[in-house]
Amino acid sequence: MKRRGMAAVGLWVTLVVACVIVIGRASFTADLSAFLPRAPTAEQQVLVDQLTEGAVSRLILIGIEAPDTATRARLSRETARRLRTVSEFTLVNNGESFGTERDRDLLFTHRYLLSPAVTADRFSEAGLRAAIGESIDLLASPAGLILKALLPRDPTGELIQMLNLQASDARPALADGVWASRDGKRALLLAQTRASGSDTDGQQRALATIRRAFDEATEADRAAARPSRLLLSGPGVFSVSSRETIRNDVTRLSAIGLFGIVGLLLVVYRSLPALGLGLLPVISGALAGVAAVSLGFGVVHGITLGFGTTLIGEAVDYSIYLFVQSTQPAYREPAGDHGRWVATFWPTIRLGMLTSVVGFATLLFSGFPGLAQLGLYSVTGIAVAAGVTRFVLPTLLPAGFRVRDVSFLGHALATVMTRARTLRWVFAGLLVAAAAVIGSHRDTLWNPELSALSPLSAADQALDRTLRADLGAPDVRYLVVVSDTDQESVLRAAERVGERLERLVDAGTLAGFDTPVRFLPSLASQQARQEALPPPTELAARLQAATGDLPIRPERLRPFLADVEAARNARPLNRADLDGTSFALATDALLVHRGGRWSALLPLKAAAGSAIDPQPIRVALAEAAQKNALLVDLKVETDRLYSGYLAEAIYLSLAGFAVMLGLLWLSLRSPLRVLRVVAPLVAAVVVVIAAHALAGSQLNILHLVGMLLIVAVGSNYALFFDQRADGNGTDRVATLASLVLASTTTVIGFGVLAFSKVPVLQAIGATVGPGAVLALLFSAILAENRAGRTQGAML
Amino acid sequence: MAADWDVSRLMQSLAQQRGGRVAFSEKKYIALLDRPVESSGVLVYQPPARLEKRTLKPNVESLVLDRDLLLVERGKQKYTLQLQQYPEIAAVIDSIRGTLAGDLKALERQYRVDLEGSPERWTLTLLPSDTRMAATVQRIRISGTGDELRQIEMLQADGDRSVMNILHDVPP
Repeated sequence: MKRRGMAAVGLWVTLVVACVIVIGRASFTADLSAFLPRAPTAEQQVLVDQLTEGAVSRLILIGIEAPDTATRARLSRETARRLRTVSEFTLVNNGESFGTERDRDLLFTHRYLLSPAVTADRFSEAGLRAAIGESIDLLASPAGLILKALLPRDPTGELIQMLNLQASDARPALADGVWASRDGKRALLLAQTRASGSDTDGQQRALATIRRAFDEATEADRAAARPSRLLLSGPGVFSVSSRETIRNDVTRLSAIGLFGIVGLLLVVYRSLPALGLGLLPVISGALAGVAAVSLGFGVVHGITLGFGTTLIGEAVDYSIYLFVQSTQPAYREPAGDHGRWVATFWPTIRLGMLTSVVGFATLLFSGFPGLAQLGLYSVTGIAVAAGVTRFVLPTLLPAGFRVRDVSFLGHALATVMTRARTLRWVFAGLLVAAAAVIGSHRDTLWNPELSALSPLSAADQALDRTLRADLGAPDVRYLVVVSDTDQESVLRAAERVGERLERLVDAGTLAGFDTPVRFLPSLASQQARQEALPPPTELAARLQAATGDLPIRPERLRPFLADVEAARNARPLNRADLDGTSFALATDALLVHRGGRWSALLPLKAAAGSAIDPQPIRVALAEAAQKNALLVDLKVETDRLYSGYLAEAIYLSLAGFAVMLGLLWLSLRSPLRVLRVVAPLVAAVVVVIAAHALAGSQLNILHLVGMLLIVAVGSNYALFFDQRADGNGTDRVATLASLVLASTTTVIGFGVLAFSKVPVLQAIGATVGPGAVLALLFSAILAENRAGRTQGAML
Repeated sequence: MAADWDVSRLMQSLAQQRGGRVAFSEKKYIALLDRPVESSGVLVYQPPARLEKRTLKPNVESLVLDRDLLLVERGKQKYTLQLQQYPEIAAVIDSIRGTLAGDLKALERQYRVDLEGSPERWTLTLLPSDTRMAATVQRIRISGTGDELRQIEMLQADGDRSVMNILHDVPP
């Protein structure tokens, strides 16, 4: 025994050291990854890319509040100017005409390669006559002032063609030359970060830069009316603040949970060595859990760590059982020898531990990475904590080790049990009432939205909606995605799809759409346009004939002949040519290269005041005959993702419950005993659900996990009541005392989570905390007074 | 003729106007073209900030200046321009709007303002003070009778010019 014990201690020390090394190298995250599927479908991949890498994920919406318009405009200009000098942003826009000249230059220089209007027809005699006639008409309009200078080079008006394509976008209102909210109370800016949306550190740096730029702008501006205020929103802001919330919560709640449990144990044990020894299994379990998650997933999510506090409450139970039960007079044994405790209690603890492990283990199969991490963390943590309690702790206990007599706790619970007969009626009434409540709330019981899991406050979400609406930054819902193995193929396919979508725009089905080929047409299209341009002598002859009836002499259009000839021989436009213009960003956002695959995104814009009907778009895609074109409804995909998780969690919870039942059946070998163990647990779940329904809090996926945990954790208590039958009186009081203590630590561990601002943690805490108490009470009430029964609970 | 009649008095009387609707015909003399480009339509003014120029010939086009925004509608195309981005266009339209509104301050922000003639027949000459605008617009000359505008002539820096004649009392 002694030698085996020392070997176990040695093994344990090695394990702890190994875990510390693994954790030292682990990376921690708090981004969206916990909510994104592990094995996404093609549609979900689009969603995931949009959320993590897409241009949308890199947008920061900025609002500046100050008492007057002039101050707001100055602060907006100064903040934007500072942000444009740093490399963290690929775009900073506040409505100033910054960079529009470079944009116009690029469009003008490459107009014959970029304009979809360039066809052989347009450069025929009739086509030229019509196009030039139209341009001369335009000269009569005020825009003629600008166009006049361009006419000799661009008599067919290709620049206007392209500007018209661009002009459909809604733009925010202007006040003093910068973007302003519709109520005029805020100046607005839009910044796009270089860091991707999933790079939380990068986003955090970008936000700090914006705040610094604003502070500097405010300080430098003596004339500024005070007070001024900076408002930030967007996916990056959200991920940074979520991480902040999770980090603060995890630190705070773990500290409170630990403090509560340590305090409780100190009061009960009144011995520092006992406390230290009692925490050994907990610490070992937590370390092993984090290390296992790090090894298994490559990264540890903040939420998993937040869950750590619950493990403290759960794992500390094992040492409580050992200390309280084995040091009662009846079990007092020589130091290092806890053979009697092991023989009497360990099988029950082991069974309870196994039921917990089985319950948590089903989470491992979840496609919801957040849940899978919780599963692995808990399984490892519980198994290690129980193992350390059984094999390491007895060896370490000093001779004559004993904790304070806590039998008064046992007597208290025993009192409850003596009233069991009466209380059973209360219990039955409560259960019926709970079932009725659930029945009447069954339609509103579940929250079907993924946002239920978002740690963002309602105020944050409202600010985001306001800024988004004011900036006219649309929430993209429908996207056509075209993918292929190389850039040219994907651009050609996007052009085919675009032609079809253009017809829907003409028909009024769609208001418009974006496409990367607007500024980066495929080589094939550019070559086709070059071929549509006539050679110089031919063009000169056609121009002569076309201008016969027009009030312009062809000699004036010589620059046009030169430009067309240059375009005929020009090298095709490529992505690098767009650098330094706003088209670079627009194109990068819509043309994605990832893992050897190119994708073109074509976000669709709904006609004003109506939603997009996906059916004609599917038809258009079918007509375009591009087999790699996919219509993605991001909202449906998001909802499907979550309802998938929810359905899966229900399935996994039921499977976990079934496996627990199987395990109990194997161990107890009596349907009646299994029922007696399980009934109080199920009842606890029912009452907790009803309480949530009454409180008006809708259940999400994590509440469901919480219910599974009530059963997993509560089974430990129920099993003791089942086993309690074969002990004597002292034994019984000691068991009850240990149960009261153990359930109290569980309640503290889970209960503190109920005060978390992170909905995921809050849901679990508010479910398991009260559930654990109820499971203990119901088990006590339902336990049969069967003194004299002899059948053991041996596994 | 009152001896103390000056630009402020003219502006005051213009500012009394309640807005309304007039017809215009315009000729643009552009060196590039062999003959002038003619257009006609209506001007609708709503004090103090909204001016619409609706061209009916040769093509229907609507141009609405509303505070800082210029809304252009031409055939199927419809777009909004920020006035600050097109100072040349802004200058021209603002000179008309400023005169209609009798807003001397607005005019003086961009032009040097000279008045000649009498209340019965006056001519207001606007010379751009901003060099960037002067590169496009050399001079704007607005003439009128009493509180009514009769003609707006714009001379561009490159020698092209346009003349807009205004006819009052058109049926709606």
